[in-house]
Amino acid sequence: MMNQEKKDRKGTVLFSKYARGEAIKKALSQTREDILFELRESKLKGRGGAGFPTATKWTIVAAATSKTKYVICNADEGEPGTFKDRVLLLEYPELVLDGMVVAGYTIGAENGIIYLRGEYEYMKKSLEDYLHEMRKDKLLGREILNKTNFNFDITIRMGSGAYVCGEETALIESLEGNRGEARNRPPYPVSTGLLGAPTVVNNVETLASISHIVTKGGLWFKKYGTDKSTGSKLFSVSGDCEKPGVYELPWGTRISEMLEIVGAKNTKAVQVGGASGTCIPKSGFNRILAYEDAATGGSIMIFNESRNMLHVLKNFMEFFVEESCGQCTPCRIGNVKLLEGIELLEQGKCTFSYLNQLKELGKTMQIASKCGLGQSSPNSFISILDNFKEEIFDGNGGTYGK
Amino acid sequence: MATEELMESKNKLRAPVSQKPLKIEKPTDLTTIGGTVSVEINEKKVVVPLGTTILEACKQNGISIPTLCHHEDLCVAGVCRICVVEIEGMRTLQASCAFPITSPIKIKTSTPMVRKARRHIIDLMLSEHYGECYSCFRNGKCELQALAKEYGVDNLTFGHIDKPKYEIDNSSFSVVRDMNKCVLCKRCVRTCIDLQEVGVLEAIDRGSKTHISTFMNKPLADVICINCGQCINRCPTSALRANDPSDRIWAAIDDPKKHVVIQTAPSPRAAIGEEFGLPAGTSMTREMNTALRRIGFDKVFDTNFTADLTIIEEGTELITRLYKALVKKQDVALPQFTSCSPGWVKFLEHYYPEYIENLSTAKSPQQMFGALIKTFYSEKNGIDPADIISVAVMPCSAKKFECNRPEMHASGFKDVDFGLTTRELARMIKEAGINLPEMPKSDFDSPFGEASGAGLIFGATGGVMEAAIRSVVEFVLGKKTEDIFANANIIPLRGFEGIKYMEIPIGDHVGPVPAILKHLIQDWNWLKGATLKVAVAHGTANAKKIMDDIKTGGKFSECHFIEFMACPGGCLGGGGQPIPTTPEIRQKRAQAIYSEDESLEIRKSHDNPHVRRIYEEFLTEGPSGQLSHKLLHTHYVKRGSYIA
Ligand SMILES: Cc1cc2nc3c(=O)[nH]c(=O)nc-3n(C[C@H](O)[C@H](O)[C@H](O)COP(=O)(O)O)c2cc1C
Ligand code: SF4
Ligand code: SF4
Ligand code: SF4
Ligand code: SF4
Ligand code: FES
Repeated sequence: MMNQEKKDRKGTVLFSKYARGEAIKKALSQTREDILFELRESKLKGRGGAGFPTATKWTIVAAATSKTKYVICNADEGEPGTFKDRVLLLEYPELVLDGMVVAGYTIGAENGIIYLRGEYEYMKKSLEDYLHEMRKDKLLGREILNKTNFNFDITIRMGSGAYVCGEETALIESLEGNRGEARNRPPYPVSTGLLGAPTVVNNVETLASISHIVTKGGLWFKKYGTDKSTGSKLFSVSGDCEKPGVYELPWGTRISEMLEIVGAKNTKAVQVGGASGTCIPKSGFNRILAYEDAATGGSIMIFNESRNMLHVLKNFMEFFVEESCGQCTPCRIGNVKLLEGIELLEQGKCTFSYLNQLKELGKTMQIASKCGLGQSSPNSFISILDNFKEEIFDGNGGTYGK
Repeated sequence: MATEELMESKNKLRAPVSQKPLKIEKPTDLTTIGGTVSVEINEKKVVVPLGTTILEACKQNGISIPTLCHHEDLCVAGVCRICVVEIEGMRTLQASCAFPITSPIKIKTSTPMVRKARRHIIDLMLSEHYGECYSCFRNGKCELQALAKEYGVDNLTFGHIDKPKYEIDNSSFSVVRDMNKCVLCKRCVRTCIDLQEVGVLEAIDRGSKTHISTFMNKPLADVICINCGQCINRCPTSALRANDPSDRIWAAIDDPKKHVVIQTAPSPRAAIGEEFGLPAGTSMTREMNTALRRIGFDKVFDTNFTADLTIIEEGTELITRLYKALVKKQDVALPQFTSCSPGWVKFLEHYYPEYIENLSTAKSPQQMFGALIKTFYSEKNGIDPADIISVAVMPCSAKKFECNRPEMHASGFKDVDFGLTTRELARMIKEAGINLPEMPKSDFDSPFGEASGAGLIFGATGGVMEAAIRSVVEFVLGKKTEDIFANANIIPLRGFEGIKYMEIPIGDHVGPVPAILKHLIQDWNWLKGATLKVAVAHGTANAKKIMDDIKTGGKFSECHFIEFMACPGGCLGGGGQPIPTTPEIRQKRAQAIYSEDESLEIRKSHDNPHVRRIYEEFLTEGPSGQLSHKLLHTHYVKRGSYIA
């Protein structure tokens, strides 16, 4: 009723039938251990990109003795080419919010926070209305569904418009009113998170999956996907195809299958995992979308034969030069150097030996940067230059020939 | 939600600016016992206490790891990444300065991957680093340069910026900022926010545009910088330096019409040797005197002399305040705060302007000196004060600001023309071709050449209070300080505890009022049975703690006298002192000062015969008299924390 009109979305797991409050009811009839058991059984991994086993994360926080704990829903959705969290929040808020309540119950937290991407300000009102309804129905607030001693409420906090604030420790910094910069870890948020308290940070889709797992069981969830990547995934498909949009597909789907489903023709390359992901050429279209192969937090960008891959790459690198938090050396300056290298290529002034040095620099950035942003920003640089050599150099020994 | 508790832990965390104290997680391996953990560093097994950082563990085992953003005085940053090491089983390298060991890991500190990453990082820094070492004042004393040398990074792989990006900010009398030299280690930010709790500097913008800036990018002179220079002392490069007057001093020296005098504070002599390769804690007092004369200063005086005078003036002021409060029942501002640290004074003017009355009106020794040079000294020697250039060598950058305060013209001239830091003086000495440690020893010039040990220990935190108590005890109790404190060393006031507190019960036996105070009071009976309560704080973060306690009527509001020094360790750790300044180095400088004090014959300000003489010959109305008020006392400005 409060939901925005649901499109006719099809899906076996996330978009399968679910009644509001179902997961909360079921969870409250179980013990924490039962829920953790189901979670472990499901082998759910985080949908925010890093793919950390959710059960492990929750178990650590549940075991912490601290009086105060937090559940944070990471709705910063900043990765270029992702918009699946938006769909969940607008059309399926019950899945996400129920998932948060379950998290609160399981780990023993009383406070939940939705860190909502600044650009999603427009959905704040509908989410707040929804929270209000939940409170009315005792799905939120004190003694939820009359369960003694279980209090949990959710507040919405607006993000500050930086990509890095989606990184969980930078997100926490931002919530505390500081500059959005990643923290040193260890300690991890599970032990020292928001205001020093043990904190679970989960992606919107992870929390939505949990509502299904709690109601339908880990075994059911595991039926979908591959052995290492269980369940299904929302993919945000954009670029050169007839039917861009959000698709629910099981993990393990081949890239070629995906291209067919979305009506992509003359595809030259697929960028899997957003700007920080990897660029896969035609020869790799038989790879599968899964944590163990082509991993993604959901972003799929399709480029057809008319695209200039160097320009594509340049776009990505410009994004990182701007979005790096500027804290650590490899990322702050490294991305600038990679971008300058691309500009040299465009001018036909980049020698192969310098290019190789830049690739080596990229490898250093991947291992020496402080957070995931700098660790993944060279991915597209390395993969595009490796996979589209002919196009970029046109065989002209060191000159960009197109 | 226990908000207060959380805010407290948040304050402790203030990450990523600080992640101190690093929370220690439960060890993942149950074989670790007794709070230690056994790790492998470069295939060698070592045992370290749980929570030790990799950097610390390596250091303890003689393995050196390069660092840049790390500083012993500051909390963890983990931003430069130069200290990365490999840990078996981890995909990424880890910053050793920021990684607390909580499980039995295997560490490798010098693998090909590690070395390549370090070279890359240095090369990246150099690519954005404007200018050349040969025309840089940190040449030879620069941590970036040293790293480049150590790692053989010598071909500017990723280019070298050829135009400056930022304008140099030399608006401040004290600190010059050249962000073209900045490597964004954020030591200055952590110094200003965490160590000093002033909070003038912060990184702004992001990505490639990130840079250190002030509030609204205003010039440093227009923000609430207290000029302590602690940021300078921790900057690894030439991005921050003190505002150097040495060229103007050379010009004065070279001008035959000018009579150039220099006063030297207690701390520079305990540290300047470090600039000449001597170990910290080597006192250079009398070698420095000779060097200063050879450079061309006409007279070399000892600031400790006016430190003694400060004790008399400030002590008299305290006694007067106490008398008014206890006997006359007047409303006077207590506790009285010391005013010799210009960094602290400006801190109070900005952050606690409502307590301005508590500041002693006595000037700092530097400014007392200045006022006397261009009055008493010029008269006595028949020199036109207009021809005198008065220089002060100080451990401090705030002293440069202080001598430029408009109030500081008591003589009718600018009382002190230039404040010179220890570092700048060392450079002048070198420029004059002098090797300081080889200098023959010589004494100060009279009449301001003799000082007591009490003046000398002004250089260390607690020193002003110790000096004051050595005199007050004798004034009031009529006993020797030595009869109460062995060797006249007041140990509770020494050391580097952030805040020190001490009570001195007066008891029922008081002495006669000494001659020097007879014009103010008749007897001490009103102090019988009282307990004198004093406190000492160094570093403005600690000062803040005391001030907030006073604001809420806590224990420190009951104090009578409190010493505040803006810099950690007191002046010996001042912003003008040789770089580096670390806890260990401060300790050694303090030792140098205290042992010189012990070796002196006169160790109490009121025993200094020259101080007595100046009250007999010049300030004839005695301490707090009219002339002393005109020359030796000042007033302050309620600045507040917003500047238009
Ligand atoms: C630069 C960067 C940006 C990120 N942005 C997001 C984001 O927008 N949304 C998200 O859920 N996770 C994001 N992450 C991942 C989070 O750090 C974190 O791993 C995730 O929220 C954990 O949730 P999960 O385990 O449910 O995936 C980002 C990570 C990095 C390094
Ligand atoms: S990797 Fe980039 S975004 Fe992450 S901390 Fe370093 S500079 Fe900031
Ligand atoms: S700051 Fe250091 S590296 Fe930079 S020019 Fe000066 S000496 Fe060289
Ligand atoms: S001089 Fe002191 S107050 Fe000023 S910026 Fe530096 S550390 Fe901060
Ligand atoms: S100004 Fe100096 S201390 Fe501050 S960040 Fe730059 S290099 Fe580091
Ligand atoms: S010294 Fe460790 S990251 Fe800078």
